Amino acid sequence: MHDIPAQAHAAHAPTGFIRKHVFSLDHKVIGKQYYGLAFLAAIVGMFLSWIMRLHLGWTSFAIPGLHFLSKTGAPGDVMTPEYYLQLMTMHGTIMVFFVLTTAPFAAFGNFFLPIQVGAEDMPFPHFNMMSFWVTFVSFVVMVASFFLPDGPTLAGWTQYAPLSAVGAAAGPGQGLGEVLWASSIAIFCVGQLLGSLNFITTTLDMRTKGMSLWRMPLTAWAWFITSIMGLTAFAVLMPACILLVLDHVAGTSFFVPSNLVINDQLQPHSGGSTLLWQHLFWFFGHPEVYIAIVPAMGIVSHILMATIRRPLLSHRVLVYSMSGIAVLSYMVYGHHMFVSGMNPISSIAFSFPTLIITIPATIIVLIWLGSLYGSRMRLNTACLFSLGMISMFITGGVSGFFLAQPSLDIMLHATYFVVGHFHFVMAVSAMFGIFAGTYFWFPKMFGRMMNETLGKIHFILSFIGAYCIFMPFHYLGLASNVRRYQAFTDDYLQPLIPVHRFITVAAIATGAVQLIFLYNFIHSRFWGEPALDNPWEATSLEWSTTSPPPFDNFGGKLPVVYHDPYQYGIEGSTDDYVMQTDPRQIQTQGDEA
Amino acid sequence: MATTVQPPVKYAPPPSSTAVWVFVAAVCMTFAALTSALVVRKGGAVEWRHFTLPSILYLNTAILFASSVTLEISRRRIAAFMGGLNAEIASPARWLYATFALGFLFLGGQYLAWRELSAQGLFLATNPSSSFFYVFTAMHALHLSGGLYAMVRVIRKLNGHTLRRATMDATAHYWHFMDVLWIYLLVLLWAKL
Repeated sequence: MHDIPAQAHAAHAPTGFIRKHVFSLDHKVIGKQYYGLAFLAAIVGMFLSWIMRLHLGWTSFAIPGLHFLSKTGAPGDVMTPEYYLQLMTMHGTIMVFFVLTTAPFAAFGNFFLPIQVGAEDMPFPHFNMMSFWVTFVSFVVMVASFFLPDGPTLAGWTQYAPLSAVGAAAGPGQGLGEVLWASSIAIFCVGQLLGSLNFITTTLDMRTKGMSLWRMPLTAWAWFITSIMGLTAFAVLMPACILLVLDHVAGTSFFVPSNLVINDQLQPHSGGSTLLWQHLFWFFGHPEVYIAIVPAMGIVSHILMATIRRPLLSHRVLVYSMSGIAVLSYMVYGHHMFVSGMNPISSIAFSFPTLIITIPATIIVLIWLGSLYGSRMRLNTACLFSLGMISMFITGGVSGFFLAQPSLDIMLHATYFVVGHFHFVMAVSAMFGIFAGTYFWFPKMFGRMMNETLGKIHFILSFIGAYCIFMPFHYLGLASNVRRYQAFTDDYLQPLIPVHRFITVAAIATGAVQLIFLYNFIHSRFWGEPALDNPWEATSLEWSTTSPPPFDNFGGKLPVVYHDPYQYGIEGSTDDYVMQTDPRQIQTQGDEA
Repeated sequence: MATTVQPPVKYAPPPSSTAVWVFVAAVCMTFAALTSALVVRKGGAVEWRHFTLPSILYLNTAILFASSVTLEISRRRIAAFMGGLNAEIASPARWLYATFALGFLFLGGQYLAWRELSAQGLFLATNPSSSFFYVFTAMHALHLSGGLYAMVRVIRKLNGHTLRRATMDATAHYWHFMDVLWIYLLVLLWAKL
């Protein structure tokens, strides 16, 4: 391995606890901090979903101790309809922002992007540290709204106006709870903008010698594309949230229309546009779907090649497809507004690119499936979760074809069909990507191996559980089961309650299965088998350094890159792979650099 | 099938040069979002109240322009200093101080513009037109304050002989962008309010 001297980064390694573990400038520590935050947020979000599901299955069931969470929202431990909506709002917000955005992009990206491009760190470590702590403050502000006398906002994670903008008259949590929500998300946007700035400059300016753009692993490409989406999308959501806060605290009328009467009170606003919020929100909101899923696509592609021991059918086409998805994601956001009263011609205009965006998504899936065909897999847990992600993404994607058409969406939009669709295509797919990444990179992050047997049990039960939870949602939607209702008292909905009970049991059981992961994670972290530097016989740069990497990533010398990232299945070599840092002149496959 | 040989020569500009344009892109998106909000909000408003922009804004514009000129003079002198063509560090530093003072003066002028509007009874919540005026000018002032902070860092580094050319250039590019952004906002507010 030919190396070039690194700058004296290692000399600056901090020794104090605060600088080393709390306000650290090391991208690896920041990545772990993001992972920890996402972990905590996932537990909170899942706990909220359990309570909601229990209420949907057995509406009058008293959940022991629930009144500790809110005396007014759950008198006698039975939640009020408003409190159900509040929990639903917080579940969606916490999961979308603090788990699905934070873990696959900010956590893994922070830890591995600089290493994968051969850098000592990100170019602006102070901004990087700030991005995490700003995000943490945002989470604290969001969770603080649980402890307000009337609880958090109930306007849903999409915060449609005028409900979100009129203030306390609109219901519990719509006063200060709403202000905290909008403030928290505005702060979150600042954190993500700082993070995106670092990701983009790291990719463009910090690559080591020989690491051309086409020699970057697909994960690095995915994080790069995602950071561009994040930069543009969060820069729009932030001013939208500021305007929303001003409607509350300054009495402006950006989103509240004239002559609005709530609870017999004429609201002191005039002329605001409710559709304006939807436009601003969904301009962020749809790219956000891809901010969650594109990193998972990169992670899964990266892992698959190490397990099928050959390159994907086309590295470049996959990159072009991810980029195509990113560009198109800004042109399709109006499909969330088919039933908003928007001009029908606009609906057609948004429907067309929505159908077009399925083309790059389908190409990615076909590349995965075509590459898997006839391969001899090393069926480890990371591989299983990668296959699981592909399965979830296909299932969720297929239901997307239906929703892309305005004529069908008008019927399905307000039903559980949509809930099933986005949970599959965005939430569970990304979660499986996160799990795949965790099992794959745990040895590099912590220097120890996770237990494979427990991992496989975790996968099988989670895979079955996810389908048991989210597949029936499609059936409920086709049966016109409306979403966002806290109880199903209408005659036509009552026969569907057993389905809801089945989903509730499946959700609690699948949630309990995650305890296996939690145990495996904690046990392996401290007592797992010590990891080799390259336990998966993989080729990219993170596997050319120690497990875990030193403070400056490569021990004082930056690596030099000679090959494409995925040189697997090499014939005539003692191993079946060639690392990117291997200077030998070997007949490699599909070298596109 | 290809045989690998020597790695290609790496070229990478300084990260700060890239970062400033990335940040400018984000700021553009933010103001584009606010502009679209203004257009949509005005389109559906029957109560939109037109008002004349405070005249001090034009003086503020001249001040901001002047600050860009002083910054550019400073940047060139720093380049000459770093290239060994100019032995005096005090000269570029003086122009940086002038830039900082002009930037601060601009912010003071914007505050006076707000005072002028409020004296006319136009506050943040009075009318959507005044709401947008305050939001746009406040957001611009906030971003300009970031530029002032960058200027303080540049002055410190210059005095400590640790200033890098790329840092100076990035700060100057950002400051000039604030100029351009302000011109855009002034035209927008003049046309729409």
